[in-house]
Amino acid sequence: MATKGANAPKTPRDVPVDYRTIDRVSGPLIFVRDVANAAYGEIVEIALPNGERRQGQVLDSRKGLAIVQVFGPTMGINIEQTSVKFLGEVATLAVSDELLGRVFNGLGEPRDGGPKIVSDTRLEIVGNAMNPYSREEPSEFIQTGISTIDVNNTLVRGQKLPIFSAAGLPHNQIAAQIVRQAKLRDSTEGFAIVFAAMGITSEEANYFLRQFESTGALERAVVFLNLSSDPSMERVVTPRMALTAAEFLAYERNLHVLVILTDMTSYCEALREVSAAREEVPGRRGYPGYLYTDLATLYERAGKIHGRKGSITQLPILTMPADDVTHPIPDLTGYITEGQVYVSRELQRKGIYPPIDVLPSLSRLMSLGIGKGRTREDHRGVSDQLFAAYATGKDQRALSAIVGEEALSATDRIYLRAADRYEKEFVNQRPDEDRTIDQSLALAWDILSDFPDSELKRIRPEFISQFRAHPPVADS
Amino acid sequence: MAGVIARVSGPVVIAEGLTNAKMYDVVRVGALGLVGEIIRLVAGTATVQVYEDTTGIRPGDPVENTGQALSVELGPGLLKSIYDGVQRPLDVIQKSVGDFITRGFSVPPLDPTTKWEFTATAKVGSEVTPGAVLGTVQETALILHKIMVPPGLRGTLKELQSGTYTVHDPIGSVATPNGAVPLALSQKWVVRVARPVAQKLPPQVPLITGQRVIDSFFPVAKGGTAAIPGPFGSGKTVTQQQLAKWADSDIVVYVGCGERGNEMTEVLATFPNLQDPKSKRPLMERTILIANTSNMPVAAREASVYTGITIAEYYRDMGYDVALMADSTSRWAEAMREISGRLEEMPGEEGYPAYLGRRIAEFYERAGRVITLSPEGRTGSVTVVGAVSPPGGDTSEPVSQNTLRVARVFWALDASLASRRHFPSINWLQSYSLYLNDLEPWYRKELSKEFVALRQRALETLQKESELQEIVQLVGVDALPEREKATLDVARMLREDYLQQSAFDEVDTYTSIQKQLRMLRAILSFGDREQDAIGKGATVAQLQRLPVRTKLSRMKWIPEADLKNQFDQLEAEMAEAVASAGGA
Repeated sequence: MATKGANAPKTPRDVPVDYRTIDRVSGPLIFVRDVANAAYGEIVEIALPNGERRQGQVLDSRKGLAIVQVFGPTMGINIEQTSVKFLGEVATLAVSDELLGRVFNGLGEPRDGGPKIVSDTRLEIVGNAMNPYSREEPSEFIQTGISTIDVNNTLVRGQKLPIFSAAGLPHNQIAAQIVRQAKLRDSTEGFAIVFAAMGITSEEANYFLRQFESTGALERAVVFLNLSSDPSMERVVTPRMALTAAEFLAYERNLHVLVILTDMTSYCEALREVSAAREEVPGRRGYPGYLYTDLATLYERAGKIHGRKGSITQLPILTMPADDVTHPIPDLTGYITEGQVYVSRELQRKGIYPPIDVLPSLSRLMSLGIGKGRTREDHRGVSDQLFAAYATGKDQRALSAIVGEEALSATDRIYLRAADRYEKEFVNQRPDEDRTIDQSLALAWDILSDFPDSELKRIRPEFISQFRAHPPVADS
Repeated sequence: MAGVIARVSGPVVIAEGLTNAKMYDVVRVGALGLVGEIIRLVAGTATVQVYEDTTGIRPGDPVENTGQALSVELGPGLLKSIYDGVQRPLDVIQKSVGDFITRGFSVPPLDPTTKWEFTATAKVGSEVTPGAVLGTVQETALILHKIMVPPGLRGTLKELQSGTYTVHDPIGSVATPNGAVPLALSQKWVVRVARPVAQKLPPQVPLITGQRVIDSFFPVAKGGTAAIPGPFGSGKTVTQQQLAKWADSDIVVYVGCGERGNEMTEVLATFPNLQDPKSKRPLMERTILIANTSNMPVAAREASVYTGITIAEYYRDMGYDVALMADSTSRWAEAMREISGRLEEMPGEEGYPAYLGRRIAEFYERAGRVITLSPEGRTGSVTVVGAVSPPGGDTSEPVSQNTLRVARVFWALDASLASRRHFPSINWLQSYSLYLNDLEPWYRKELSKEFVALRQRALETLQKESELQEIVQLVGVDALPEREKATLDVARMLREDYLQQSAFDEVDTYTSIQKQLRMLRAILSFGDREQDAIGKGATVAQLQRLPVRTKLSRMKWIPEADLKNQFDQLEAEMAEAVASAGGA
């Protein structure tokens, strides 16, 4: 945990100095002249002519010039009367047990009418990197009750598993279902939810709040809301506020924290806005070249630490522009996170809920959380066999559309049928249906048992004889 | 030598007043003494890339020049270590400052207090030249660390004593025309400069990895270079880790460059419990890990691949075969791009600096099988395997293209194979290895005369399959003649029973080259027998129902210890079963 003040400037001025030397206002940036020595990352307070105060942060500091990013609109800022005060400290969040059950805005100020958090402990929101040597291997299986996740893309504690979705798809329902149902087997340990909303609509935010309320999870939740009507620049700090709160709860209060970050796409767009205002050399699609590094400093804050009880599991949600998985945001996210849950428009159109397409989905930490003693010894084989069978079945479906089902071989017809059964019986479940891992595996075996042993190449022979649900269907 | 900061922008700091500063000098920035490196000099100012977070640094803060270029410390104690990108031991950092890496913390790379048992072998009074072995230290049970005369030093060995020393204790000295030069167990080397060698040699021996698709189809030679480009989720990291686990090199250097913290943890947690297939010792005893995860400072990520390859070269100089895995070189390239952008350099393709191709080529050129600088002409090798993470899996981007220009093996990872959990998802039609001709004599001599031909036939079958698939797409499989159906059948067996290999299965995770030969032979001879049987009137559908087929698909689980027996039995059974089907 970043201890208090570890990153604080070492030579703070005794009295914060007011500067009335704004030189230029451009987009979300203000350029302040004649500044003696602003620290990189230093927080500033901007006093507007109308008495309003806004916060900002130093992005670039030179002799006699500081470039400040304003958290909030630059409307109302003028060159003659606006003053800028350099506070000599970096951005922090006051943390205490009082965080739980509270709703804040994107900058960590109360939004629910309640009092400010008063605490001696203020944590810097840009945390230091966790030492890879201190990390504990995430290996505790989280049962989400959703078959496609539990069997095919298993989530474990301390993992970061984003939901790759797009406009019009039920990613919020899926996330809410996971929050409602997620549990460890045989565990009564304390949990908490940290919810960070960036640029989502008030309707979406209310949906989540109602969901938390209905399950009584709201009092175990810390909510940071930056709605689409709120200043976009706040979004750049919102996830850092949320993750700082999560780290406090996990590592100082021993809670298992599930962090939901939505919508990462809005966050990245805010970053792009800042970058464009600074006239930086753009990377792909105008996003800054450091987007990967920036996202990594968020996502990598998931995990577990040796010798500490709590954990941080991240469930970021992002909407892929034009369903394009090669867009820089999903692309860079996929290179950082430990897999992804892919929500498919094709399955959605077929009326299947949750429309999770397992083929492009992945959980990289799955092998650590499954198998004997964790889920069941046949889990890996069953999962791999389902993937292979479903992929082959989908190929046969495409083929039979051209040459007709009769032209398929008998074996291929079993694959074709298995792909249909997989979608309708295994993927499809009710939003309130909470399947145990054993129920999900039983469903899987019911489908796989249609195949003769010789087709079940991914499963060890002893497991086939142990778990086969019924004899293979006869060749027809 | 002290200067002051004039500007701070992210990891880039501009300093004034550093007199006599040289390019790539290491500097200490601010009161915390953050480590940085000079990357640009303009009259009066020096631009510094800082290896640590610069939050809180302000104009006017001091900058101090160490006058030395970024170096690594080489000596006993490297093995089993886990370092960050600038060779700071992460375990020591954890013990000193806790679970999060705080800044400005400086730690010696090699523990200065550990005592090593040094056995002198060189004779006092003899002439020594660079690379001459002075003596040895048993670094781990697996590796004998040879203490060598550093490059550039030659003269008469004045004194040398066996004994127990720390890495910095004097162990002797060399008399040179310019006076006596003290010797120690450790030496330093600048990371951006390749360690000198006497001569580069052509590769001759394959790096056996236990991965069937690699060893049999697309082998990399010891001292060779290979690239693995693929989109996320296509299995780059698992493939790299499999190579780190099972490759038959003496030393493995694994560079996690801008990758996931939890995956490095997985390596840390599993390697000590895994055994080297030959020696049965924990794999960690031959491994050095360099972990600069994606959230650690970007400039140190840029340095991490150089730190890794310099350590690899050092063990090569002792005469070892070293394999270096860099996962992922795209993160390294992006770090270059990020720094270049902050310097406001004119960008080349896709915002990457114009020198990207040169840097990549220079890095891969540090691989090779060589005669080291040494009186007796020791040979050693460094094999480099670099993962590339092209955006969207599209390998037309600059990092992939520049890598393919220099790497001689291309393992093309295929997202559609990965999504059906065909792992390793190396596409057999797109991948290539340019070492096949170099390695053919080795396969003939050490394995079997038929292996190269079997490999060729297997690839042809797979090529034929892809052509037949196009016809099947139009007319359906039933319209094909039986012989072609049999070809499809064999190709499917090759794909599913041979090329697919589970990294998570305790038996399947490693296949010896002997077993690979037997498996390949079994599948292809089954195919031959199928063709015979079809000639005698059997159908493919009949042949597919033979119980021996199931046994073939379970070949991968035949234990290495009982290889010959079980395969002989399988082949006999196969001959009989197919013959009787043909006769029916």
